[in-house]
Parts: sequence; structure tokens; C-alpha cells
Amino acid sequence: MTSDTDQQRRGTRPETDAAPLPPRPGLDASDGVRPRGGDAAGRGEGSGGAPRPARHGKGLRGLRRPLGIGIVTLWLSVIVLLPLAALTVAAFDEGLAGFWEAVTAPAALASLWVTVLASAVVALVNAVLGTLVAWVLVRDEFRGKRFVNAVIDLPFALPTIVASIVLLSLYGPNSPIGVELNATRWGLVVALLFVTLPFVVRSVQPVLIEADREVEEAAASLGATTGTTFRRIVLPTLAPAILSGTGLAFARAIGEYGSVVLIGGNIPRETQVTSQYIQQQIEIDRPLNAAAVSVALLAIAFVTLLLLRVVSSRSQRREERDA
Amino acid sequence: MRVSRGTRLSLRVVALGYLFVLLGVPIGVILWRTFEPGLSEFIASISTPAAKSALNLSLLIVAITVPVNVVFGVATALALVRGRFRGRGLLQAVVDLPFAVSPIVVGVSLIMLWGVNGWFGALDRAGFQVIFGIPGMVLATIFVTLPFVVREVEPVLHEIGQEQEQAASTLGANGWQTFWRITLPAIRWGLTYGVVLTVARALGEFGAVIMVSSGFPGVSQTLTLLVHSRYIDDHNTYGAYAAATLLMGIALVVLLLMTLLDRKRSDR
Repeated sequence: MTSDTDQQRRGTRPETDAAPLPPRPGLDASDGVRPRGGDAAGRGEGSGGAPRPARHGKGLRGLRRPLGIGIVTLWLSVIVLLPLAALTVAAFDEGLAGFWEAVTAPAALASLWVTVLASAVVALVNAVLGTLVAWVLVRDEFRGKRFVNAVIDLPFALPTIVASIVLLSLYGPNSPIGVELNATRWGLVVALLFVTLPFVVRSVQPVLIEADREVEEAAASLGATTGTTFRRIVLPTLAPAILSGTGLAFARAIGEYGSVVLIGGNIPRETQVTSQYIQQQIEIDRPLNAAAVSVALLAIAFVTLLLLRVVSSRSQRREERDA
Repeated sequence: MRVSRGTRLSLRVVALGYLFVLLGVPIGVILWRTFEPGLSEFIASISTPAAKSALNLSLLIVAITVPVNVVFGVATALALVRGRFRGRGLLQAVVDLPFAVSPIVVGVSLIMLWGVNGWFGALDRAGFQVIFGIPGMVLATIFVTLPFVVREVEPVLHEIGQEQEQAASTLGANGWQTFWRITLPAIRWGLTYGVVLTVARALGEFGAVIMVSSGFPGVSQTLTLLVHSRYIDDHNTYGAYAAATLLMGIALVVLLLMTLLDRKRSDR
């Protein structure tokens, strides 16, 4: 069970901490209480007269001091913040009008539309089939279940370009099954489904394991049909997890590049996704366009993750109220 | 929820069928296409000079990224867990940022910062080439792998608390002794897990690296770029399959390690 929740953690965390992490049995209690307990003890002793510095080693203390925090902040700034700042500034190089013009260029808008459309389809399919797969992995028993469970993580371990080649070998030119999806929107959808498979499965699985089955039994014994039980009991319990997995899958699909680059075909207005458009703008030396559309893409991802965080904190509050 | 036998079987068939079509069949086909001409063909294809130098470059990038991420990742996790300072929430958000950014956007951002016309363009003009050089590829890889170590070490640090460290320093251990003897052994599995994730992502990163690499075979091609250029530029489909299978083998090893480490961590 712990291994399932751990995998779930791995599954949702890669995108953000916005996802509501379902309760981790055994870990949560110590998570919140122990460090605080340790701290309080430290503080109590400190005020008791013992000089605090003597209680903490230099190496660790350093990280609590301005110098250590300064180094960490500087590091994160140089690696993450400065590049993104430079990107944003470049996007507004010619003012708001220049930014707007770059983002609303027909080819840019078309690529954004293709991206959002394909990602939305992928998110929906994931919501349904991901939940179904999670249900089968938790509630069903069959031989080889452990193997199937391990295979779910494969798309996360596999380099995206390999995902692209793998799908091309099946759906590309000379397809052995006669289905040629390369350079079609269906090709995009299949590639994105491949790389986003783990999100919903890994976020629903632990919740399903924790779910109170007695309530379901009670509903059934009161005469509820399977459908009613699912709709009124199971689905509401799973909804936050399904939503967060779906949102993460959507955010991932929006920015995906490696897995669609070969199978998508990069046909402007047809299958060219935004990340391909951005790459093309860099190649033809239009940095302003590339930067502006990048900022637009970032904004879509951030809004998605922000919405997720709002929804998850709201449902968490409701849960606490109910409890 | 009581589900009739028929429903359960059909749900199972749908779920397994979906996984089979999405994962099983494509992977089976590529393995078949790679090994159909024989093992020697495969080995010949992944030991050409270009392939060897691509493997070397990928390993070089991993060899730089991992220690850097370990040092700064552990330091960041310690600061986030043990530090009490303003702006900690902001720092938390910054650590997660790389997961929300598209690889292509990472590449564009690095070009805007380190490129000839970027903020630090003076470096480039002074002869230290970052973009279209190995430093750029390393920076891109560090960007996308930055959260792994931090996010795997952080919960462990939370969990172990500070009592042992305090006890050690009460007994006269200095800061480094406490770190090496108490903190590091306690976080070792979390750290290892973070390193495995970092290695996997560093070897597999494509989008961010292709933006900042000049992509010359034998010079600045990583394994993922080799797969791409073999397929697109050389029309060497078999070579692309072979290189992809090599990467897939590495990914499988990583997956196996992840499963084993996961068990180890939960035994703790």
C-alpha cells in the first residue's frame, strides 16, 4: 500500500505541489507533529539558558543563516528565475502591442488552438480510462497485476523522443497494422495519451485504496443499484483525485514536445503544436515571437495549476468541515 | 461497490486492452523491428562513432548534473525544512516551477539569458559559448531536473525531525560531523531515489536540450538528439529504432531501480 501511495506521490508531484496529496497513512502523523515537537523542545531548552549555537552544528546551522539561504536563493535564481525573467522581458521587448501582435498572429493562434484542443481531448480520455484502469488495479484480482501496475510508470521513465519513435514504429509510415496516424491530429492525441497515462491512474489509485468500502456496502444493502452506488458514493470520493490527475495531464500535454515532434508532422494550422511553433520561430530568428508565445503557453499552464490548487483547497476545506 | 462478475470482467478487459494498445503493442513492435535483423546489427548500430560520442556526451551531462543537483538539492531541502525565514513559500514555488514549464520554453528562456543577444551575452562575445555549447546543455538539464532531489529529500527531513542532530551536537559533534553521521544516513534512500529520477530525466531530456545544442553528430549530440537526427536528417530509421531501444533499456533499468528503492524506502 505504501508503495502505491509513493508511486502516486511521484505521479502527481512532477508538475506541481498544487495537487491534493491524499492522506499518506503512517507518514502524515509524524510529518506534521514530529518536526514541530523537535523545534518546540529546542526552543524550550534555548530559553532555559543554554546558548542555542552550542546545540546546533555549523554545517546545518549555516543553512538557517542568511548566508546559506542566500546561496540557495542565488542558485535558484540563476538556474530558474533569471532565464524566465529574461524570457518575459524579451516577450515585451516591443511593448504590450508587440506581445499581443506576436501571440495573435494567425499561425500562433492556430497552434495554440490545436494544442489546447488535443490536450483537452487527452485530459478527458485520461479522466475516464485512467480512473477505470485505477479501479481495475485496486479492486480486481488477476494474474500479473503487479507487472501491469509497474508498467504504468513506464511513460514517465521513457524519454519522450523514444515515446515518439515507439509510436511511429506502430502508427507511422509502413505501419504493420495498416493504421497510419503520423501527421494527423489523432497521432498527436495518441502520443499525448502515451506520455500522460500515469497521472490520473496514480492519483486515483491511493484514494481508491483508502476509500471506505463499508459505505458502498451499506448503499448496496439499502437497495442502491451498482450505477447509483458508483454515481452517489464512489465518484464523489474520487472526484478531487480525478480532477487533479486530469489537470496535471492537461498541463503536461500543453507543453509537450518530444513525443509529438516526430508523429505530429509539424503541419502549420493542422498538427503544429505551440511548442513546435516556438521552436520554428527560434529557427527562423524571430526571438520576439518565440518569447511571446512561450509566455502565453506558460500562462495557460499556470492558470491550469492555479485553478487546480483553488479547487483542491476548497474540497479539502469541505472535507475538514464534514469531518 | 458490488460489481457483477460480467461487469468486472469487461472492465478488466477494457483496462488491459487500453494499456495493451497504448503501451504493449508499440513497444513490442519497436523491439521486434530492432532485433529482427539480428543482435549483431543492433550492436553495430549503437557502436558507430556518432553513437559512442552521443553516449559519452549524455553520460558527461549526467556526471555534471547529478553532483550539482545533490549538493544544491540537499542544501535547498535543508533550508526549506529547517529554515525559518520570510519568502520560504516563494522558494517552495520556485522549486516546483521547472515541472510546470514546457521543455521548449526552458530552451527559449536560456537563449534569452545566455545567448549572444541575451542578458549575459557578454560572456558569449568574450568567447565563452554557453548556448550551442555543452554548458548550455548542462544548464538546460539542471533546470529540468532541479526539483527531483529537493522533493525527495524534503519529506524525509520533515519526518526524521531534529532530535538526533541536536543530540549529536550536544555530545560535541561539529556541524559537518552531524551532517555526515546523522543527517546523511537518514536521508540516503530519499536522496538515492532523487538521484535515480535525476539520472533518468537527464538522459532522456530532449526538448530543452535540442533548443540549446548545435546538434553536430559526434560533437554536441546526446543520445536523444541522435535518435531524432537519425530519423529526421539521415532517414536512418533502423538506426533510430536501435538508439531508441538502447535508451529504452536504460529506462527499464531505472524503472526497476525505482521499484526496488520504493520498497526499501517503505521498509524504513
